[in-house]
Order: sequence, then structure tokens, then C-alpha cells
Amino acid sequence: MGRLNVDLCGIELDNPVIPSSGTFGYGHEFAKIYDINCLGTFSFKGTTKEERFGNPTPRVAESPSGCVNAVGLQNPGVDKVINEELPKLKECFHKPVIANVSGFSLDEYVYVCERLDKEDQVGWLEVNISCPNVHGGGMSFGTDPKAAALVTKAVKGVTTKPVIMKLSPNVTDITEIAKACEDSGADGVSLINTIMAMRIDIKSRRPVLGNVTGGLSGKAVFPVALRMVYQTAKAVKIPVVGLGGVSSAEDVIEMMMAGASAVQVGAANLIDPFVCKNIIEDLPELMDRLGIKNIKDIIGAAL
Amino acid sequence: MEQVLLKVIENKALAPTVFRMKLEGSTKAITAPGQFVNIKLDGLYLRRPISVCDLEKNVLTIIYKVVGEGTEQMSKMKAGAVLDVLTGLGNGYDTALSGDRPLLLGGGVGVPPLYLLAKKLLPEGKKVTAVLGFNTKDEVFYENEFKALGAVTIITTADGSYGKRGFVTDALDGIGYTHFYTCGPEPMLKAVYRATKTSGQFSFERRMGCGFGACMGCSCKTITGYKRICKEGPVLMKEEILWED
Repeated sequence: MGRLNVDLCGIELDNPVIPSSGTFGYGHEFAKIYDINCLGTFSFKGTTKEERFGNPTPRVAESPSGCVNAVGLQNPGVDKVINEELPKLKECFHKPVIANVSGFSLDEYVYVCERLDKEDQVGWLEVNISCPNVHGGGMSFGTDPKAAALVTKAVKGVTTKPVIMKLSPNVTDITEIAKACEDSGADGVSLINTIMAMRIDIKSRRPVLGNVTGGLSGKAVFPVALRMVYQTAKAVKIPVVGLGGVSSAEDVIEMMMAGASAVQVGAANLIDPFVCKNIIEDLPELMDRLGIKNIKDIIGAAL
Repeated sequence: MEQVLLKVIENKALAPTVFRMKLEGSTKAITAPGQFVNIKLDGLYLRRPISVCDLEKNVLTIIYKVVGEGTEQMSKMKAGAVLDVLTGLGNGYDTALSGDRPLLLGGGVGVPPLYLLAKKLLPEGKKVTAVLGFNTKDEVFYENEFKALGAVTIITTADGSYGKRGFVTDALDGIGYTHFYTCGPEPMLKAVYRATKTSGQFSFERRMGCGFGACMGCSCKTITGYKRICKEGPVLMKEEILWED
């Protein structure tokens, strides 16, 4: 076992670095430029029952130390993911992958999870109850503890794989939602999804994004995400996956000290496609400098 | 795709807000005219996508218009500055479909990718006609460069201050062509779509997140399904285009 190994809900990862859903597609674009088997794992593009085009463009806007996006869950639908994307992924990625699932109704979450549960390549189900960019689903389940509990219970009923609930920061107290998920059987929680935001083009006097509002990600959100991971790690016993603005090996260590068992890297992949590979390569030397023998020793060090 | 550090060796104004930048370093990932590069700039989060205008051994030329913070910053760069660039992005133009008499239709900063295209087509013995449209005389650039390559070059200006008055589509009478290639602002592309009689290839511009197909930030609907402008584009065939309005 290496010094970067961590455990995520009962599955051993070679390292805690995980590209987050929506920033890594189904892996192919990155597999063309580096061997993605160096990753702990990755969370694939949020998948729904039916194919979705998503929101009108523009879908991405510049922002200080980050960007605001409103892609709106574009994905080919669960059938194509199982029949086309997973077989293609098998050729370039030989580890269990995190299946990210989205839905607009309880039935849809259940249906998609049930389908993906049967796939050997899928190690975990990450259930997105926090997408800020769709209407009548996504985040509406993640901003109410009762609704979050309902989705968790329903999904747990159709899978034996670990279920990680992906939480929204757009709430008064994220620990209430996390606790509701834990009490309903969630094996882990991941946070934070993007923070609701918008930009206006001052020349045209119109919102930049086709969807008007979007979600802020990138370095700008890191301290907010870190604070929420810290609070959540204190409040629950299940593993917490930390994400939000992580862009360097230092950020990974800081997230883990706040209580994260593993760390996702999101927007940084979009501006530096090699960032996850670089972080993994940078970690051992950084750990030497900080006197960290095994990375799992520092999980929750600051709690 | 390749991530490379490129050194600025020239950055000069071609027109009041249009600049040409020459960058030195590896260009091996660029395989077709019409591809683009994505440039990281200090203090800005997202990279800025710019089409490739010319390629010589280890020297890449881009032409860009100052339209916002990113291009403003680029316009102030001096020779010697080093840029972090993703190169070889997008599909680019398919030169195999050109026929004997390809027509190139460019508008404003849509002209640059057509230059490398002309440079590829002419040595293959193709008779290239380039119709390049600008708003006004001050904004005209690369007329002589297209002529020097050997392309029949027609300039149009919207205000009639230079060349033929009107838009590129006003200069098509009497030009025989086997296939066309175009790049420019979307209203121009729509006019070209209506005015042309053959098959052709359109290069589109979109706000992008990553520029290499990961984020779905620049998707569009086409007759052949959803496409990412940065990955399956920026060049789409005329037959597959679905205009959004």
C-alpha cells in the first residue's frame, strides 16, 4: 500500500485525487493526453434517464478567480452511457469509476441508479441533489433535509454500491442536509456543488449566461468549500469528499485537514487539463516537506 | 492537443483594434487550417480561444481583435513574453472537399483562419478566390498577403470606403466555385448560408469553458445531433447546421 492510499466508502483508492463530475466528461478527452489510471478515480458527467441538451449558450462566463457555468446537465442519457460510454471507458480506465446521477423526480433517481448499479465498472453512485442550473429537480432535492432523506433512502433501496450524496452550498446549514443523508443510509457525502451566481454584460445590459443564473466554481470558492467541508466533517461520521476550487497539492492537503477523506478537482481541469496528474505527482514531495508520512493520517487533522 | 509554452516574437497592430501576434515554440499538434489555440492569461481564469492564421516552422501566427479584458491584455504584450497555450484544438477545415475552385469568405477577424487554408489549397493546384469583408477601409488587413499567396482576392467594405461596397455576399455574382469555406460573425454566416449554391464549411465562434470537449460549455444542436463547437467544431458542414433562431 502506498502513502497516498485512502479508503472511500470501503473501496481503496491509490490516491485521493478525483476529477469531479462535469469537468471530465466520460474521461476520453483526458485519456488522449495522459494515462488517467494515475487518478484515484473520477466522477463521470451527470447522467439522467433521457438524453438532455441542457441550457442555451452562452453557458460559461469569466469571473474573478473562477467561472460561472450553467451547462444544465447535458448528457446522452443512461442507456447510451451504459451501452457506449462505459465500454469506451473500459479501454482507457481500469479502476472503478464514480457514476454521477441526476434526476428531476424521485423515480428518475431510482431508475438511473438501478441501471448503473448493474455495471461492474461503477464503484460508487454519486447522487447529485445540488445542480443549480436546472428547474424542477436537482437542487430542489438538496435544499430540504426531508427531500434529501427521501432521495437517499430510495436510492439505497436499489443498490448495493456505496452511495455518496452530492450536496449544495446554497443552503443555510449544509450540516442539516448532510445529517439527513447520513441518517437515511448514505455511505458518504460530497461537497460543495457550485454556488449560485450570475454575470451581466454591461455593454448589452443583459445577463451573460443563456440561463441567466449559473454556478460559481474555481479558486474563488475554495475557502467557502473548505469551511463547509470542515463543518460537515464535524457533524457526520460518514466519509466526506471535499471539492470546490481545489487546484493544487496544497489545496488537497488543506481539504483533507478539514476532514475530507478524498478530494475532487473540478473547474481547474478545464483550464489546465493536466492539473490532476500534476497534483498527484506533487503530493509526495509536499508531504515530505510537511512531515506527513501517509496522507490518510491528516484526514480531519484540523478538526 | 498539446500544452506548450510559446514565446511572443511579434505583436503588432494591423488595424486600429486588430493585432497580429507571432508565437514561437512547438506547433506540432496543429494539423488542419481552421483549428484554434486556447491561451492562458494573467489574472483571468478561463483561457481565450483564438484561431490559427498561419504556421511556419515553429512559428504560429494569430490575428485577434481587442474586444474585452483578455484581448486587451494580449495587445499590450511585448516580444519575449511567454504564454501557456493549448494548441491543436478543434476539427478544422477539410481541404479534401474543396474541388478545383474553392471560394473563401471571411469577415473581419474571421479572415485569419482562411489564410492558412488558402496556403494549403493553392499548392495543391486549386484556383482559390478569397472574398474578404470589413466594415471600413481602416479595418482592412491581409489583402496583400492573400494576393501574395496567389489567391484571387476581392475586398468588400460595408460603407464602401474601399473595394466593393457591401457584404461578402454582395460580391458573389460571376464567381464560379466548387465548394466554399467561411468564417465571420454569425449574421454574415447566415447570409452566406442563404447566398451560396454549393456545399461548404462554416467556422463558428462561441464562448467556451475548456476548449477541448470536457465541459459541454459550447454545445450546439445540428441535424446530425448535438456537437461541441470546440471539439466536433468549430467547423460544421452546411448540410448539418441548424440555426438557433
